[in-house]
Amino acid sequence: MSEHVVSAKTYIAVWLTLLVLTGVTAGVAFINLGPFNTIVALVIATFKALLVVLIFMHVKYTSEKMVKVVVVSAVFFLLLLLGLSLADYTTRLL
Amino acid sequence: MADSPIAMEHHNPALKHHFADMEQQREASSLGMWLFLATEIMFFGGMFCAYLIYRLWYFPDFGAASNSLDITLGAVNTAVLICSSLTVVMAVRAAQLGKRQQQVIYLALTLVLGLAFLGVKAVEWTSKFKEHHIPGPTFNFEGSIPSHPDQPVDQHHAQIFFSLYFAMTGMHALHMVIGVGIFSYLLYHAWKGTYTPEYYTPLENSGLYWHFVDIVWIYLFPLLYLIDRKK
Repeated sequence: MSEHVVSAKTYIAVWLTLLVLTGVTAGVAFINLGPFNTIVALVIATFKALLVVLIFMHVKYTSEKMVKVVVVSAVFFLLLLLGLSLADYTTRLL
Repeated sequence: MADSPIAMEHHNPALKHHFADMEQQREASSLGMWLFLATEIMFFGGMFCAYLIYRLWYFPDFGAASNSLDITLGAVNTAVLICSSLTVVMAVRAAQLGKRQQQVIYLALTLVLGLAFLGVKAVEWTSKFKEHHIPGPTFNFEGSIPSHPDQPVDQHHAQIFFSLYFAMTGMHALHMVIGVGIFSYLLYHAWKGTYTPEYYTPLENSGLYWHFVDIVWIYLFPLLYLIDRKK
């Protein structure tokens, strides 16, 4: 078969990690970390999203390089939208 | 596969004539699906951007409004979606290995989990409706800023939070409804035995869509439910 078949064990390990991280992010929200609450929540969410994209969505295993180009450029333009908008709104002296 | 393209065209009825072989056909459709998902990322990105700006401006009011959401239901729904993503990859894997019965079971489980998510969402929205937290003329949010109990919440700012909450969870739920429709179609075809190790593109691409919707929720949960829970 040409398509890479991922082992069930890998899928279950990713699934368990995602469930544990959901519990962690909900639990950490109740601990006072000051401004780091938001950062920790976003870091955990991004790590979960990466696991889903790379393993569940097979981006790690794809032989088609154009798929990787599309994924990276989509994230790039999203960060451009969010980054430049926030750079504006966080530096206004109103 | 050593067969010439022409011989393979007769070999597999799913191969379209403009592709050299099944692998090229699969990669092309996967690329197309990812391009569609890129437009979806920008679609949700606009709402996330609006959310971030208002959250920055009205953080205390957003924190108070966020605390009125049911964190247990939110966390349970996150777990439900993660489980559904597992059943989707297992269904795709079953197709890759040519196991029809497993495909059907995993797709049916995916549908059950998808509907469970929507059911929980309906319960949450109903309670928001009863509490008058739906933006509009009857909107009313009683409460105080989490770290300053003597400071009441600004009604307009709380209303902006709930407008974003319903727009984002609403668009997400609409995607879930579409996903449930797509997966019902897949379940029917898996039952008929349409998907084989050589041809399961609809399953693979619908899986990509389902995981994308899962990722949106992975961000929505902390951003909407966990703004200012700290004690």
